[in-house]
Amino acid sequence: MFFPISGAHVSPIYLIVVGFVIGILGGFFGVGGSFIAGPALRAVGLDWNFAVGTDLAHIVGKSVVAVRQHRAFGNVDLRLGFIMAFGTIGGAEIGAQLIQMLKRAGNVNLVVSIVSIAVYVSISTFMIWESGKTLAAKKPMPPATAKGNKKDHSAFMHVTRAIQRLKLPPMIELPTSGVTISLWIILLVAFIGGLFSGFLGGGAGYIRMPSMVYVLGIPTHLAVGTDLFEIIISASYGTFSHAVKGNVDILIALVMHTGAAIGAQIGAISTQYFAGPKIRLAFVPLPLIGAAIVIYTLVTGHKL
Amino acid sequence: MKKEAAQTLRAFVVELVIYAVLVVAYFFLVLHFLGEGLQQLEKNHRYAYAGIAILLMIGQAVLLQNVTTFLLRLIRGRAE
Repeated sequence: MFFPISGAHVSPIYLIVVGFVIGILGGFFGVGGSFIAGPALRAVGLDWNFAVGTDLAHIVGKSVVAVRQHRAFGNVDLRLGFIMAFGTIGGAEIGAQLIQMLKRAGNVNLVVSIVSIAVYVSISTFMIWESGKTLAAKKPMPPATAKGNKKDHSAFMHVTRAIQRLKLPPMIELPTSGVTISLWIILLVAFIGGLFSGFLGGGAGYIRMPSMVYVLGIPTHLAVGTDLFEIIISASYGTFSHAVKGNVDILIALVMHTGAAIGAQIGAISTQYFAGPKIRLAFVPLPLIGAAIVIYTLVTGHKL
Repeated sequence: MKKEAAQTLRAFVVELVIYAVLVVAYFFLVLHFLGEGLQQLEKNHRYAYAGIAILLMIGQAVLLQNVTTFLLRLIRGRAE
């Protein structure tokens, strides 16, 4: 099938399958899935700028589907999502500026690659340790149900509680998540997520979702749903920005999304059958896949 | 439990088949007609294109979710 905006010939079945896989991951883990979508679009000959912009557009649609499903299960904290969106957009802008600075210095690829490998591996290692310890220490909680039972436990909870005790006004009450926390801590978490998003590309859900659980103390199911809601806002902003620069083939994004719409629903529904620590443990391979892609790019010199 | 799982799986497969037919029709009808207009918009009016791109994405997301939910309800209703 010919897509006139990007001038690419791509099989629609390929796009639907890629969308479906990313949809499942997104619905289940609350991530955008750029670390798969970007290379998958590059692999069929799309220019890198189109791969990034088009992926963002598709993420908007997929996240809308997943959020509607998660909302039906009570897994979305709208207040938290809106607050985080501000921090994320600010962080993404600074991250993009950092990239420009490194470009001028001439060592952008090496620095971004090393930082991203370190970040991905650290997240995975920490989550293996934490979720493994949590699962081993206590009898696993039953999976979340559509009505209530979003409570979660974590081996890192003592640190989370210490962060929640920091009384830096204004304090924000989040009744949906059952948490009261300083606005500045929420903005800081969102800002760091946004910074990585602007610096490393993609939605940075692999950083935001774990930090919502471990730093803010949001139950895993709510962190997944709220992260997706926040992704709708930040990815829409990114899509607009990229579309104005001529980096979005919306026809490709629409075709990808037909697969993602089904996948995102399956992913979102599946979260109801797993307890929080199990979702976090299953999350571990995602950043490692990202790290493997970066290492491959660094060693071979080929951008996936 | 096994019977319920088999029913869900069957409903899902039927839904996928119907969904696939709808999506193919969608490609040929909607995308074919939209393609040229969007290409012109992308070339000449980037801001309008950016706004319409997001609206199209969200509109399709809502539409497809409603279609799949409706199909699933219809198929499950018949199976029971």
